[in-house]
Amino acid sequence: MSQFLPILLATLIAGTPLVYAALGELITERAGVLNMGVEGMMVTGAVVAFAVALTTGNLWLGVLAAMVAAGILSLLFSVLAITFRANQVAVGLAMTIFGTSLGSYLGKPFVGMALVLDPSQAAGGFAQLPLVGLIFSAIHPLVWLSWILFAAVWYFLSRTRAGLALRAVGESPTSAHAIGYPVVRIRYLATLFGGAMAGVAGAYMSTVYASLWTEGLIAGRGWIAVALVVFATWRPERCFAGAYLFGGATMAQLFAQSAGIGVPSELMSALPYLATIVVLVLISRDAALMRLSVPASLGKPFDPQG
Amino acid sequence: MSIRLEARPQPSRTMIWLSPILAIGLTCCVAMVIFAVAGLNPLSALATFIFTPVTDLYGLGELLIKAAPLVLIAIGLSIGFRAGVWNVGGEGQLIVGVIFGGWLALTYGPGGGPWVLPAMVVGGAIGGALWAAIPALLRTRFNANEILTSLMLNYVAQLWLGYLIFGPWRDPAGFNFPQSEPLAPAALFPTLIEGTRANASILLALVAVGLGWALMSRSFVGFQLKITGLSEGAARYAGFSPSKAVWIGMLAGGLAAGIAGVGEIAGPLGQIFPTASPGYGYAAIIVAFLGRLNPIGILFSGLLMSLLYLSGDVAQMSLGLPSSITGLFQGTLLFFLLTADVLIHYRLRSSTIAAAVVAGSAK
Repeated sequence: MSQFLPILLATLIAGTPLVYAALGELITERAGVLNMGVEGMMVTGAVVAFAVALTTGNLWLGVLAAMVAAGILSLLFSVLAITFRANQVAVGLAMTIFGTSLGSYLGKPFVGMALVLDPSQAAGGFAQLPLVGLIFSAIHPLVWLSWILFAAVWYFLSRTRAGLALRAVGESPTSAHAIGYPVVRIRYLATLFGGAMAGVAGAYMSTVYASLWTEGLIAGRGWIAVALVVFATWRPERCFAGAYLFGGATMAQLFAQSAGIGVPSELMSALPYLATIVVLVLISRDAALMRLSVPASLGKPFDPQG
Repeated sequence: MSIRLEARPQPSRTMIWLSPILAIGLTCCVAMVIFAVAGLNPLSALATFIFTPVTDLYGLGELLIKAAPLVLIAIGLSIGFRAGVWNVGGEGQLIVGVIFGGWLALTYGPGGGPWVLPAMVVGGAIGGALWAAIPALLRTRFNANEILTSLMLNYVAQLWLGYLIFGPWRDPAGFNFPQSEPLAPAALFPTLIEGTRANASILLALVAVGLGWALMSRSFVGFQLKITGLSEGAARYAGFSPSKAVWIGMLAGGLAAGIAGVGEIAGPLGQIFPTASPGYGYAAIIVAFLGRLNPIGILFSGLLMSLLYLSGDVAQMSLGLPSSITGLFQGTLLFFLLTADVLIHYRLRSSTIAAAVVAGSAK
């Protein structure tokens, strides 16, 4: 038990950015938009959050700034992919190249700096409460906020009218348009939400997970988040569980190293990427399952006149 | 007033070639804004940025060295892109080419004859193709998305090279720097232009342009690939299997990227570093699109993108900006290109005018 608890905590810590990014992408994809720019948005979010948190000393201002920055990038994505109907994969790749470079451009002055935040500040007034304060200081607020996000996304998709409209837009934009749903506006909002969540994921990486900014900090987590959505067959509860599965895979390397397992560290570091490939294969090989799960209009531009 | 897109009855031929130029012009505008924000004179900074790298013969040599791998990889990728096969694993395939070619160079280079270099090129090609075969197999056999698998393999390849350079391949006389021993002369491309670093690997890129053109414009397979890209159903009906397109597209990209990797270590680097590629595998995606997936177009866009790399170094040295500005402009360029491409298939109409026209015609 004493060995189990640190592993559990580490898995929580490593899985959290994937929860944010993957749930955001899930909403985007359920509206029929394939945003392959998550990685770039995460990088930019991480840098902006770090810079703002470092200069203001306030974590939450950093998170907010990351949401705004990544939101602006996803707005740019939306204009190209939704309004101009450009190829979504191509725009996503461009966004990743752009966001990654923007991050390293803006982050240049901050390389090598460490972020020291008062841990009780993140929890705000809650830290003073008995018991609750203890939980809040043991588990970072951004971690349990991700649980609330999961509950909200699950409830929104399965229990609300707006969630139904979003799913309708992803399945058949033409029918949704005919019923009178504002397809373009819904797709914009879904993409903006996904971008903002990628921003939070990036903010978590630079301000909580690492407390520093360095190139390669995000290291493909944005792509793993996109893969997670496929792995989850576009269902939030599987997405949530999957994020921790991958968090565990990321953490396995650290525990293997401390346990002195004689495997090159690079091989252990490659585990999350290899796991992603294996899991993608296992899910995708069931063609019928994929056909049933994938939002029917995913990646296809919508033309209101056509 | 809102802007509306109106489908053109036929794709505009002028716009196909005009849109890259439009994109370049708009990127220059963005560049000037960034320079102005950084407190520089926008016009003179842009001039420095564009012209300084190529004012002498040495600079022109550098332009060719950097353009060669970009053109080579982009030609390979474009064959897949034409068929709707999204190989974004060029970076990993290049690195595995470095590993295969590098192994040959380190093992047989010191005592080897003139056969070592050709063997390295073949070895790199095989390495790149094998790495590309993994996503191709997973896609055709298990239906796994090739974008995600080929991307994941980029990280795996990078870690593999890191393991070799930090471990078994580390130069014992290298003062603990993560690098291999310098490659033996037998494992290096000869210099092509005296007084520059331009070497014979540039010729490989030119060969690739020729082969790519022959394959895509003059062969039946190229025709089948294009049809697959336009409509998978039509291709299947005509008896061309989409899996075949995946295999050809992925292997072409892997082969080219693997050779480009050998070109780097046996050319300008002369040694194997963990950072063997400054992101050529990703930049080549932009080169392919900017060149309209056309070999001749790719030749020109490769030169342009190479200039951007050199300009990034200039920006760092004489303008005091981070060299990551190169990637920033690369991304911007691709954004503008994708936006401008809309004009190939659509006309922009403002809806108030359209409404007036409709009202007018109704009278």
